[in-house]
Amino acid sequence: MSILINKDTKILIQGFTGRIGTFHAKEMLEYGSNVVGGVTPGKGGQAHLNLPVFNTIKEAVDATGATASIVFVPAMAAADSIMEAADGGIKYCVAITDGIPAQDMIRVKRFMLRYPKERKMILTGPNCAGSITPGEAMLGIMPGHIYGPGRVGVVGRSGTLGYEAASQMKAEGIGISTSIGIGGDPINGSSHRDILELFEQDPDTDAVMIIGEIGGPQEAEAAAFARDHMTKPVAAYVAGLTAPKGRRMGHAGAIISGKGESASEKVEIFKEAGVAIVPNPSEFGTTMKDVVSKL
Amino acid sequence: MHIHEYQAKEVLANYGIQIQPGTLVYSPDQAVAAYNSQGSAVCAVKAQIHSGARGKAGGIRLCRSNDEVRRAADEMLGEKLVTHQTGSSGKLVQKLYVEAGVDIDREIYLAFVLDRAKQRHVAVASAEGGMEIEQLAQEKPESILRISIDPASGMRHFQAQELAFGLGLGSDLVKQAVSTFRGLYKAMIELDASMVEINPLVVTRDRRLIALDAKMEFDDNALFRHREVAELRDMSQEDPRETAASDHDLSYVGLDGDIGCMINGAGLAMATMDMIKLSGGEPANFLDIGGGASPERVAKAFELVLQDGNVKAMLVNIFAGINRCDWIAEGLIKALGVVDLGVPLVVRLSGTNVEEGTQMLVDSGLPIIMADTLADAAQKAVAAAQGQGE
Repeated sequence: MSILINKDTKILIQGFTGRIGTFHAKEMLEYGSNVVGGVTPGKGGQAHLNLPVFNTIKEAVDATGATASIVFVPAMAAADSIMEAADGGIKYCVAITDGIPAQDMIRVKRFMLRYPKERKMILTGPNCAGSITPGEAMLGIMPGHIYGPGRVGVVGRSGTLGYEAASQMKAEGIGISTSIGIGGDPINGSSHRDILELFEQDPDTDAVMIIGEIGGPQEAEAAAFARDHMTKPVAAYVAGLTAPKGRRMGHAGAIISGKGESASEKVEIFKEAGVAIVPNPSEFGTTMKDVVSKL
Repeated sequence: MHIHEYQAKEVLANYGIQIQPGTLVYSPDQAVAAYNSQGSAVCAVKAQIHSGARGKAGGIRLCRSNDEVRRAADEMLGEKLVTHQTGSSGKLVQKLYVEAGVDIDREIYLAFVLDRAKQRHVAVASAEGGMEIEQLAQEKPESILRISIDPASGMRHFQAQELAFGLGLGSDLVKQAVSTFRGLYKAMIELDASMVEINPLVVTRDRRLIALDAKMEFDDNALFRHREVAELRDMSQEDPRETAASDHDLSYVGLDGDIGCMINGAGLAMATMDMIKLSGGEPANFLDIGGGASPERVAKAFELVLQDGNVKAMLVNIFAGINRCDWIAEGLIKALGVVDLGVPLVVRLSGTNVEEGTQMLVDSGLPIIMADTLADAAQKAVAAAQGQGE
């Protein structure tokens, strides 16, 4: 009951032997994720956390049959690591790294276009908390225990606001099929809309929670997709009601630079598309409870 | 990161963009000397601040004599210029750019920006120069031309040519236009600019294409590979609190309200501020302390928020994920040992070990107003700021 990852997904860690990679690899293993090894160029052949280390993604994929990876590589080299994953046969990559230059991400997106559909990689992030299919696999840095398993999909830009939503939903007895962080950067691997499409196709997801924020067109694209192509109900929250125009609110992408990019405009767009609005950030749980009660 | 007009012009001149002779000055005497040395009857005296829309705000003066130049310089230097982009406090004018006048035939709007929908760069241009792009989009949307640029091939010659003809530039100007457009794109790519705007790009009566204004913004995430760009930073144009915050790797944005905020995570920070607003209050700031929340970091964050004299109450909202609430509580208690808040403090913890963390704060005997939910926290902070605290 999931999208993108489940208990069988074989996972590689890019930037495996570094401090951050090591810490989160342990957390993922503890959660039960099927981590099969990692990549640190120059350390191939060694063992780390009792798992094999490889020099390149291609070697790692050949040896382990891994289909997913998670990137902890520092910002100046992260774009290259994502491209290596795409080229090396990884199907789903999560980029955790914050601070990747926008132009590097433009190049990553362009690079990913070169592969035919059947071997095109799906990327989520960068600058995100990752993805989790509760009870099965965690490909991220979130506290796994706050997510209960269930049938509501979650897609959001923010880490801790996503945790807030997940724990409110858990408190209301609402479980999650998969939660996907798409990250706070202006150029990202997958949009809200891309993830909505996956949830719409997933037989084990009944409804979707979108956690959006100011800046960019992706909430409006998601609203149009929900209106035109979704049979499942959608609820949405848009953070940043008090954000002044032209100021960057923490996330590189959280900046109102044009029409339709403010929180109130995005809320209107969602409303017009028939999406249930989470009226304030204390009501993620109650709003979704109301949505699923009508199923 | 923003830079000044004079800096942007210096940068762009290296990419073949034509500019008028200009001089940076710091005093009325220097302004007059610059005017005389340029040998042009008319000059523009331009306030160098990090903001657009300077013209309407009186920050650009056309002068025709030594007296006019002196008066303009005298009136602007040392004063704060308020434009509709600076906010009500305005920005301090410490230097002026004295630029030789030019005979203008027509004005064009030109910019290269990030197209977030297509996830690549786009050139945006309009034959209706001089107006701001927002105004153009509203009043003359049909006049706006867009050329989407494939990052693999860059801006091609034919695309620049299409843009030039689209703007109605005559055949005699197309060559200049193509090299200007491609030069701007090249500068943007090579220097990791997030925006380059030339408004106006002017056609002179003697058929030259000149960047009469220039605005550049740079991707902060890419400054590590452009030391020469990073050196153009002018901290006097920044909110000193934001500068101090960035020195400590904290993300801070000053606002006009009276409830100081300290939150972990940008999304949760925005949501907490939303909740304050929906509860009838106004946040004084955005502040993301990130992960960790060590006592030193928390203490630094408290100091930063309290530099804002408007703050009447403080709201801390931490979701402990990989962290634990008991560690956060320990950090808060230690920080409160070294920082005297002087305003009511509302704390809301959630996540891992929330009971232990909450209990530690209660047991500490510190005058902390504890809150359960986000709504509860915001309401208590609003009440505290209004002097109705518990």
